[in-house]
Amino acid sequence: MSMPITNSLARPAVPAIRRVPWTLLIFLLLAPLAWIGSRYSIFLVTEITIDALFAISLNLLLGTTGLVSFGHVAYFGVGAYVCGILMKTYGVSFAIAFPAAGLGAALAALVFGYFCVRLTKIYFAMLTLAFSQIIWAICFKWNAVTGGDQGIADVPFPDMQWMDSIPGISGLSANARFYLLALTLVAVAIAVIGMITRSPFGRMLTAIRDNRERAAFIGLNVRAYELAVFVVAGGFAGLSGALYGIFTRGVFPDYVFWPKSAEVMIMAILGGMGFFWGPAVGALVLVWLNQEITNYTEYWPFVLGTMLLVLLFALPGGVLGGLAGLYGTLRRRMGRRDA
Amino acid sequence: MLEIQGLRKTFAGFVAVNDVSLTIEARQIVAVIGPNGAGKSTFFNLITGHLRPDTGRVVLDGHDVTGLPPHRICRLGMGRSFQLTNIFPRLTVLQNVQAGLLAHRGRGRDFWSRSETMFRDDAEALLQSIGLAAVADVIAGTLAYGNQKQLELGIALASDPRVLLLDEPTAGMSAGETHETISLLQRIAEERGLTLLFTEHDMAVVFRIAQKIAVLYQGRKLAEGPPAEVRVNPEVRRVYLGEHA
Repeated sequence: MSMPITNSLARPAVPAIRRVPWTLLIFLLLAPLAWIGSRYSIFLVTEITIDALFAISLNLLLGTTGLVSFGHVAYFGVGAYVCGILMKTYGVSFAIAFPAAGLGAALAALVFGYFCVRLTKIYFAMLTLAFSQIIWAICFKWNAVTGGDQGIADVPFPDMQWMDSIPGISGLSANARFYLLALTLVAVAIAVIGMITRSPFGRMLTAIRDNRERAAFIGLNVRAYELAVFVVAGGFAGLSGALYGIFTRGVFPDYVFWPKSAEVMIMAILGGMGFFWGPAVGALVLVWLNQEITNYTEYWPFVLGTMLLVLLFALPGGVLGGLAGLYGTLRRRMGRRDA
Repeated sequence: MLEIQGLRKTFAGFVAVNDVSLTIEARQIVAVIGPNGAGKSTFFNLITGHLRPDTGRVVLDGHDVTGLPPHRICRLGMGRSFQLTNIFPRLTVLQNVQAGLLAHRGRGRDFWSRSETMFRDDAEALLQSIGLAAVADVIAGTLAYGNQKQLELGIALASDPRVLLLDEPTAGMSAGETHETISLLQRIAEERGLTLLFTEHDMAVVFRIAQKIAVLYQGRKLAEGPPAEVRVNPEVRRVYLGEHA
């Protein structure tokens, strides 16, 4: 063909911005808060951290694979209940209850996902919602195990005595210690999700997102891949649920109720589901706005709703999409000045 | 290489493909032609597993692939391009063919390696051969239409197929693009020893590259043979070529 051939070997294989260890960087940036932060700021950032993991796990489905799940809260809830019940009712240690929460949620996702991936588009979305409502109904009614509408109060903090052996930590309060524990676990979880996203498996997911039909005809069993990512996303949602139950010192049916599915979806879209860190930025913005506005007015849902509307219309690619656009414009302007 | 025996498909009583058989030898270039609604696309979809035939068999290189899902048929060595351009629009051009390579080489279940640099040389070589090396880092959905069609061919080639099915490879192209695409197809089929089965509206293209032509009309196979024979077949002229003559 008449197309000129350029030397593509001159191009770096992996662009510099993607070689930055963002997870480690953000972890190192946030960790000192345990020492210098106020009780309130530690509380707020703990919540943002846990929500960020929840939202990033959803984005494995939403942004990476193009699967719209309206029922992601089911796996968050299963994780929260599994961890809460194990620690409160059975006195199991956190070191066992936490991974059990992830496995339990992944197992639930495997069972429900088996049916969900047989449908596509809005039918897929509706079925995920239906399953999450089944989980909610079980949690709400099964008094003997889940505490019914009362939930499970007074979920204990993990044993964090061992942290005394780490220099600098012995003086910290339980809240600050839990913040460090949650931050570490979330950072590892997000790093693993990042690896999966950049792996060949992750590339296959983006191919499925872009074009299911074509993906099948490069030899992919599309349903099997969708089920696999559904289970992975469910497992990580379960881990975030487990941390959330401990953070709020209790697990309640609200944690499995559908509005929380909507909330996490808003986080992903608000932050920018086309970006790996978008959902985390969304969690930051939503939790922070929520807190700030609640301080000023009792009509906070109205104000929050209005602000979200404006943000979504002004920044269709989310906060990170807007920043990326701004960066592109600036670079073009600078380029023109140089020329 | 590809043996199609008595394929039949009905949709709610309408017989779309009616007892069509076709034998394609290795390295043969075969065209399926026919007026609109003759059943060409249905015929293709039956071969590639997108539709399941009511009766009949499809045998690919000795394997009975009748009724297998598309991804299995693809892994057995059949590639295809679609009538409507079918690429991964939000991936870069390079990532498009790289996805094909990863899938074909069974790395799709690898959760831990970094995909960015995998098979990069092979992907670039493939882009080179289809003339898209210069746009390797462009988002595929922003390419011009003709280039997207080329890329689709590249994705199909990434699976290293022995048989390639092309549904109207030059649909919607300008005369110049059509010419380039056909030259490209001929060259690649030659280089890789491919067996080609394609549908096409453009009779000039058909008679230029096909070694054998099958004519479908109202779901039935009306004629089959070398181009010179099909061209003078009176029945073919009456129902089909006559419209253009």
